[in-house]
Parts: sequence; structure tokens; C-alpha cells
Amino acid sequence: MPAFITPTVIAHLVLIFAVMNMLVLSSAFMVWMERKVCAYIQDRLGPNRVGFEGLLQPFADVFKLLLKEELVPKAADKLLFLLAPIISVAAALTAFSVVPFGTQITLFGLLDPPLRLEVTDVNVGILVVFAITSMGVYGIVLAGWSSNSKYSLLGGLRSSAQMISYEISYGLALAAVVMLAGSLSLREVVMNQSGYWWHLIPRWYLFLQPLGFLIFFTAGVAETNRAPFDFPEAEQELVAGYHTEYSSMSFGLFFLAEYVNMVTVSAVATSLYLGGWLGPFLPDWLGWIWFLIKTLALLFFYVWMRWTLPRYRYDQLMEFGWKYLLPVAIVNLIVTAALVIWLG
Amino acid sequence: MSLFDTDELVINMGPQHPSTHGVLRVVLRLDGERVVGADVVIGYLHRGIEKLSEHRDWQQIVMLTDRMDYVSAATSNLGYCETVEKLMQIEVPRRARYIRTILSELQRIASHNLWLGTHAMDIGAMTVFLYNFRERELILDLFEEFCGARLTYSSMRIGGLPLDIPSGWARKVSAFCDLFETKIPEYEDLLTHNRIWKERTRNIGVISGADAIAIGLTGPPLRGSGVPRDVRKDEPYAAYDEFDFDVPIGSAGDIYDRYLVRLEEFRQSLRIIRQAIAGLPEGPVVGKVPRLIKPPAGETYHAIESPKGELGFFIVSDGRSNVPYRFRVRPPSFCNLQALPRLIKGHLVADVVAMIGSIDIVLGEVDR
Amino acid sequence: MLRAYIPIFLFILVGIAFAIVTLIVSRLVHAEKANEVKLEPYECGIEPQTDARDRYSVRYYLVAMLFVIFDVETVFMFPWAVVLDRLALFGLIEMFLFVLILVVGYAYAWKKGALEWA
Repeated sequence: MPAFITPTVIAHLVLIFAVMNMLVLSSAFMVWMERKVCAYIQDRLGPNRVGFEGLLQPFADVFKLLLKEELVPKAADKLLFLLAPIISVAAALTAFSVVPFGTQITLFGLLDPPLRLEVTDVNVGILVVFAITSMGVYGIVLAGWSSNSKYSLLGGLRSSAQMISYEISYGLALAAVVMLAGSLSLREVVMNQSGYWWHLIPRWYLFLQPLGFLIFFTAGVAETNRAPFDFPEAEQELVAGYHTEYSSMSFGLFFLAEYVNMVTVSAVATSLYLGGWLGPFLPDWLGWIWFLIKTLALLFFYVWMRWTLPRYRYDQLMEFGWKYLLPVAIVNLIVTAALVIWLG
Repeated sequence: MSLFDTDELVINMGPQHPSTHGVLRVVLRLDGERVVGADVVIGYLHRGIEKLSEHRDWQQIVMLTDRMDYVSAATSNLGYCETVEKLMQIEVPRRARYIRTILSELQRIASHNLWLGTHAMDIGAMTVFLYNFRERELILDLFEEFCGARLTYSSMRIGGLPLDIPSGWARKVSAFCDLFETKIPEYEDLLTHNRIWKERTRNIGVISGADAIAIGLTGPPLRGSGVPRDVRKDEPYAAYDEFDFDVPIGSAGDIYDRYLVRLEEFRQSLRIIRQAIAGLPEGPVVGKVPRLIKPPAGETYHAIESPKGELGFFIVSDGRSNVPYRFRVRPPSFCNLQALPRLIKGHLVADVVAMIGSIDIVLGEVDR
Repeated sequence: MLRAYIPIFLFILVGIAFAIVTLIVSRLVHAEKANEVKLEPYECGIEPQTDARDRYSVRYYLVAMLFVIFDVETVFMFPWAVVLDRLALFGLIEMFLFVLILVVGYAYAWKKGALEWA
């Protein structure tokens, strides 16, 4: 066996594979959860035939999609048309690569040095997330343009309109957190939130940055194209928006990308504001359970919102983003900066 | 064309579109997403009901009226039957008139339920849709118990009703009223004070009272613009003159006001039903009707307040044949739809679906 | 240090590979029964009269331009935010000035009505 294949290297590869699977599976789980939660919100039962309580429903859906005919409209730009879903999915998946979801494990002493529960820790992790999640919009705009369908086109246009409405506030909210943590690494941001005030309230940035959290989460909802900001696909207006012309698995990939994006935004929000894997009662190496619980809570909120609120209009979101979110984000940043200097 | 000129984007909305409420087609000319012009194309559901009626026996036409506004069959039945009764001067027993009132108010609630559900869904609030269908289901059950059908009831006959209400039915209707009263706040919680809902509906699709009259709007869209016109109050039919109820009106004439008006109509309908159940007289449900219906020569127009507006029937009889000589409907959906191009001009695509929803059209009635 | 980025690149590759493999698998098993009518772009059941790739107006382009400027400014905030405690008061005042200039431009754009486009 060559020397460089140490248990740690193998563990790293296994980790990449595991994270990938985890993301895909968690989005399958999210599909199920969304349908189930929405059903209970609406006085229904939801899927309950395939598997226990319909848990296998998403897999049945995937198999159905696999077998569906794939159509590329006549006048479509074939290359871009095929490329768009791939860009969407790759961007959605990659963003998770810098999110830490636990401290470190040794697998009962097998691994030395111990393995950190994250794909990688780069010193500009927050920027990486910021950059890669924004890439997803390319997939949508390209899909909208390449389909040569007017509804898709409008969806694509809306998507870029949406991106330019929230992105700045999103960045400014992140900058405020960076200021508190003094680091761009997500792991360090989480570590900085350890401990308690008066042995009671965890030192989460949520309590230092309530406004920042709201801005971040609102922008996150807009970024993932979820209701009430689901304009690019608003089915009552644009039929299916940017993916009107997509069928079969290329449609499935957009679907997957949307859910993976939700998971990523929730995971990042958990790391930035909710203390990541930190939590009481559990030993350190089981911290990922806390991480899961917090992320799921945020995801539940996503679903809850979608089935409760009507849809905004995209010019209203832009107005909201520029006239409300942006000033608030700037004030939030300045006040945070002043407090950081003043209180040390 | 200069370097920076842009073209108008011509886009077909409908007939196969999730929120054109059937097969309405609107050809939109867009600048960005702003509507610069709109043409409404109708006729995809034309079945020639008016012409067909001129070849049907008078009683058989009741069945055709079901198919006009198919989410509100009972009011269409009522409108037709009352027109023929007027033509033949048939006295309808009081009990039948009471039951007709109950039926048409139940129908109004069911129709408004469907409207609110789909309208809210057009604006993205999906849950309201299922809540409304939950209650609409109960009304359909009541209708099923009364006449056996759940959608196309044919629930009325010239001169009265096909049969008396089943025993215990009146109690069930009261129980429904009590239940439904607790459900209205559920819809309101989700919408009325919701900021997004308000921003999507306020000052959108505004039409002034004078303009509304000029276009010929009736029903909730007219009342939303502040004109207190309601056939039930102004020219009472069935047993409406015996009951106390208010005609809610709006002030701004926008989508939000039309929404509020219909929501208040839920409550007023409950009020009417309760009074009718409490005072339900005994007696027969069919008046003195000749076995062979053959109205004397003449013509008449009679209108009722359907959930969507003024539903009028104009019928000419030649006094010789046993079919109408001329049969013409004034469908509220069709007349209200005229306002659409002028309402949506200058608004965004997202508002178009909200506007279509707020007029509350049923294509079966528009095209007939 | 750059070694930390290798997993990210691996991840991108695996992500793309995942998407491509799914598409290929689907291509292997799904039906192919396309015909002329099926391949028409969707326009609510009506044959499209005009092309979707006309010159259309993007009314919010002014906001989009503002966005480019402001987004670059946001990026400047990050390095500053990381070392704020070392820059101390000097850094704070510097940034205040920077943000002030930004806000003046922002207020001007707002006043001029660049944000009302719809």
C-alpha cells in the first residue's frame, strides 16, 4: 500500500463522499418533510403510502423522474440548456464544503490525528460560501434564457432582479459577524460562540446580532428562491418560471439544487448565528447532533413560511431590499463596529 | 430602430395556464414585466347554451343553466326559474321561496369559498385554498343531501322545488352556519392583516364607482368601488325582502376592497340563512303549475344577484311552441371581464393573475 | 495553505460528476418519443407568434448598475471587518468615512428615483 494512503486520507475521501450523500439525502428528507408539514398545516395527511409515513416518497419521485422523457425545445440553445441544471446543482452542493458540522472525531481512537467534521477549513470560508451560493443564479438565468420560452425568460430575469436586491444586505450582515469573530473561517466563528453569559444564555451571535440574523435569513430565503420570494418559478404567474421547459432528471436537478441550497443556507446560518455544533448535555464529539437539530429547526421555519405567506412581487422585493434591508444593514454594521471598538 | 430600443414582448397567458381560471386567454404586451396592452380572448368553452335552450323544453333548460356558472349552479337555476315564473305569473309558495333563499345563500358561500381559495392561491397563499375547500366540501354535502348532486344540482323547478328538504336538513344547515362562523377568522388571520397580502392587493386594479357603472360591473367588483347596488336589496326576489341583511361596500375600489366585500358577504349570507331557517314556514314547495309549460306570448327580463354579480335572463316566448323563442343571458362573469384589459394596463404580470382572481370569473358562464 | 482548497475543487468535480451521471442514467432508461408538437416551447397551448429572444427591456438595469458598485464596496468591508480590533479607532473612523461616501451616493440615487423602476 503506498505510504500516502493513511487512515486520515481515506477518512477525508470517505468524508467528502459522505457529505455529498448527506446533502442529497437531506434534500430528499426535506422534500418529505415539506410535504408532510404542509399537509398538516393544511389539514391533510400528506404522503403516507411509500414506506413508513411516506418516507420513501422522494425516492419514488426520483425514479419516476428518471423514467420521464426528456425534452429540449426546438429553438433552445442546447448546450446551455443542458449546462444550466448542472451549474445549479454543482453550485448548491459545493457551498457546503466549508461548513463545519462538528468538532472532531477519532472514530474510537482509530484516526490520528483526529478528523475534523468538515470537508475543509479555509481561512476565508465565509467568502467561499458567499461566492459559491451566488453562482447558483447563473444556472437559473441560463436556464431561463436558453429555453427560448417567454415564461422561462421572465423567470430568469426575475431571478437576476432578485439577486441584486438582497445580495448587498446579505454581504453587510455577514461582515458584521466577521467583525465580532475577527475571522472569516466558519470554524472559528463557531468556536467564538462557545460559553455562556451568566451560565445561562449561550454566547450565540443571534443575541448580539438579532438584526443581522433577520437580514441574513431574509436574504437567504430570497437566495434560495423560496416563498414568499419564489418569483423565478412563481407557478401561478409564470407557470414554472425558469424550469418551465425542463423535464425528467434535468428538472429533478433544479429541484435538488433548491433543496440543497436551503440546507446550506440553514447550515451556514446555524454556524454564524446559532453556535453551530455547540450545545449542552452532549459530549463534544456528538456535537453534530446539535448542529442537525438547529439546522432542522431553521428548515422547518422555511417550510412553515412557505405555506403561510402569500407571494411578494419582485419589484416589491427590490424596493424592500434597497430601501429597507440595505439601510438597516448599514446601520447594523456601523453600530456593531462602534460597539466592538468601544467594548473591545 | 436605434441601438437601445427594445421590443414589446408578446406573451400568451392562457388558455392553458394555472391561474386563468379555466380557459381564459389574455394576450399581454409587455415592456419588461409591465403590461402595456392586453387583449382578452374568450370562447374556448363555448357550448352554445343560449341557442341550445331555444330547442329544449322549458323544464329541460334548468339542466342547461347548471352548466353556465358551474360553481354556482343553484343561483343560475333560481334565475331561470324565476324568469319563467314571472313570464307565466306563477305564484311560488312561501316555503319554496325560503328554501330557495337558503340554497342560493349556501351557494354564495360555496362560490365565494372557491373564489377566495383560488384568488389567494394566485397570490401565492396556498393554504387558504385548502381551508376554503374544506368548508366548501361541507356545503356540497348539504346539497348532495338535498338533491343528490354535488356540482350541477338542477335543484329548482319552474313553480318551486323538485322536492321538500329532507328531515333534519335544516338542523344541519344551522350547524354548518355555526361552524362556518368560526372558520372565517381563519381566513382572515392568514390574509386580512398580512402585510404581503395588503401590499399585493392595495391600490392594485383600482376602478372608481363611476367607471365601474360605465363598464357595467355588477356584484362584488361594483360594490368594492363603493356603489351599494345589490339586486337582493334593490329588486328583491325569492324571499329576500323578508330578511335583514347589509350590503357591504368598499371605498377604494381596489383588489383589497373587493376581497373585504366578499368576506363580509360570507357573514351576511350566514345571517340570511339563519333567519330563513328560523322562520321556515310550513306548506307545499310547488305552486300551481300546468302540466305542460307553455308561457303566453311575450318577453321578460329578470335578474338575480348571483355570487358574481347580476345574473339576468331575457326570455321571449311566442306562446305557441313549447320551447323559448329567444333565450338570452346577461352573465355577470362576462360583463365583469370587460373591465380586465383596463384594470391590468400599467400593472405587472404578477398583478394580472391577482386581477383575474379579484373579478371572480367562471369561464363556463363567460362563454356559455 | 492552498492545500485547504483541494477538497473544495474535489467537491466541485464530484458535484458536476454527480449531475452528469444522473443525466446519463436518466438518458439510458427514459423514453424518447419526441415529436414536432412536443418540442414547441410552452406558451399556454398557443403556438408562439414571436420569438422569445427579441430585445426585451430590462427595466431594472439602473438598479443592476448600482448593485455592481455597492457589491464591490461590500467586498471591501470584509478585510476591514477581520482586522477591526487591530485597526482600533483609526480603522473605525476610516470606515465611517467610507460608508458615509457610500451613503451619500445611495441617498443621491434614491432621491433621483433610480430605485423606482417598476
